[in-house]
Amino acid sequence: MSGPLLKVENLTKHYPLGTGFLNKTIPVVRAVEDVSFSVEAGETLCIVGESGCGKSTVARLLMRLVEPTAGRVLIDGTDIAGLKKDALRAWRRRMQMVFQDPYSSLNPRLTAEKIITEPVENFERLSRKQRKALAAELLRKVGMSPEMMDRLPSELSGGQRQRLGIARALALQPSLIIADEAVSALDVSVQAQILNLLLDLQQQMGIAFVFISHDLGVVEHIGHRVAVMYLGRIVELAPCEALFAKPVHPYTEALIAAAPIPDPTRVRLEAPVEGEVPSPINPPKGCAFHPRCPLAVERCRIDVPPLVPMADGRVVACHVRAPATGILGQPFVAGSARLASVAESQRSVL
Amino acid sequence: MTLLSAPVETVSTGRLQISDLPRLARRHPLVVIGGSLLALMIVLALAAPLYAGDPLNMDPFKRLQPASAEMWFGSDNLGRDVFARTVFGARISLIVGLTSAAGAALGGLLIGVLAGYSRGFDSIAMRVMDGLMSIPTILLAIALISLTGPGVGILIVAISIVQLPSVTRLVRSVVMSVRERPYVEAALCGGARLPKVLWRHILPSTIPALMVQSAIVCADAILTEAGLSFLGVGVPPDIPSWGNMISSSRLYLAIAPLTIFAPGICLAVMVLAVNLLGDGLRDLFDPRSKRRR
Repeated sequence: MSGPLLKVENLTKHYPLGTGFLNKTIPVVRAVEDVSFSVEAGETLCIVGESGCGKSTVARLLMRLVEPTAGRVLIDGTDIAGLKKDALRAWRRRMQMVFQDPYSSLNPRLTAEKIITEPVENFERLSRKQRKALAAELLRKVGMSPEMMDRLPSELSGGQRQRLGIARALALQPSLIIADEAVSALDVSVQAQILNLLLDLQQQMGIAFVFISHDLGVVEHIGHRVAVMYLGRIVELAPCEALFAKPVHPYTEALIAAAPIPDPTRVRLEAPVEGEVPSPINPPKGCAFHPRCPLAVERCRIDVPPLVPMADGRVVACHVRAPATGILGQPFVAGSARLASVAESQRSVL
Repeated sequence: MTLLSAPVETVSTGRLQISDLPRLARRHPLVVIGGSLLALMIVLALAAPLYAGDPLNMDPFKRLQPASAEMWFGSDNLGRDVFARTVFGARISLIVGLTSAAGAALGGLLIGVLAGYSRGFDSIAMRVMDGLMSIPTILLAIALISLTGPGVGILIVAISIVQLPSVTRLVRSVVMSVRERPYVEAALCGGARLPKVLWRHILPSTIPALMVQSAIVCADAILTEAGLSFLGVGVPPDIPSWGNMISSSRLYLAIAPLTIFAPGICLAVMVLAVNLLGDGLRDLFDPRSKRRR
């Protein structure tokens, strides 16, 4: 099939705060705002950002655990937002999720065998023997002994539980796995094991990952491309090496500068960004990052910067570092402002 | 009515084995005491025809007799054996208590699970429950019974309906907290259909709370039955029941106190046994109490 495996277009999610009465407008939490990206087969796209920037909401929107306010999620060209229940169930076979917390994401009352074979049993009947065989195979795939299949989650370690979560996601042989902070609840040594397991699985089975994390070390280790999110928007999306070698957006720069470096002799080059993340209920006008940005100019307070493609294949949303240019390389300042306002009006219609 | 302050919702750590039972009994004496008292009463009530006389046999020459070897608790104003009537009365209390607790538990579970999962059904069902709760228990039961006239069947239905709101609210609150768990979302991601999610992932979490609440409902139902029978709207007068006995003997308290004390004390002990069992179960299922000991 041609085209990307997963394509996300203008994905937006607003959570209303309370229910509106008559025509009173309700304040909304702008959790995800106009997010677009695509994932090729066998590729790892990482999404990074601070707490509350909308990373997890993106994951839940992709799995359609929550309904998007606007935008489309296409898998092999089919929009999953428009699917009815049964068709959605069928599409879920293509896409599975690994959850953040290996403790609460496994039903404490079911054995390992039942947990990891349940997705398959949702679609076909298995005999006792088939189920045991499937469970053993899945456990071997994630590096666990088949003898573990009779254990309850409470009888397993955190790393083993997360392996179970991965085995459950593998059960339906998906082409895409969404991992929402899949290793952040684990010890560092166990984190490395799980990450290597994911890399092995990707090599063997050609699975694509959307890997959501706040840990830049992890992202640098496994990502092919990285999307940086700030207050619900993607501010920079770049190939992994390029992003870490030379961040363009000032927020990316600050994020990388703030990451701890395991080398006491290296000195931090820049002071991390000051201030707090603004509230997504009432985000700043223009570029959401401008109140904390050292480079902010007048325009940043007015226009939302569009994502502008750069020479090395990255896209950046910044008026200063990546000014919008026309086809001939000519800057068209007024034009971009007009485009932004057109986009804004379209959103309000939606 | 005792409502639980917080929904009891636990996670069992490991499977229960026979060898664990003595340890559990030592840790939770209330379950053992309440359970064995209740079991004893059930056995006595079931075996009543084997050792007690005819509870309906009237003997006008032996009215209001004191306790004797022939009639252990004496006789009532119609010359009936109070011991036999007390023992047979336990059957009515147990039947009404257990079946209406089961009825309320099943009905409450069904409505509670649906209300906990579906917003639309929730708003309707909960308003109905609020309505039921706002009417005094005995009054509502009398109104329901007056539709058909007294009988054990309608009595059980009436008490079940009266007890429905407390169970429904409890189950609903547990379901609402469990449905947000990641493992429920994981099941949906795996392509599970809603009935399966409810049955396999949500229903089992409600069982501990439901069992505790059922015990409380059972004790309440036994008291309600006695109260309704005392008022003359419960069990028909030809069936011996503790409420009936107390009601028909209340004029003879000074002459034959046993006619009231025998059913009264039995009623108190049975309700105590069920309540002890309920409290014991709550401790048993409460993870915090497990850690403390």
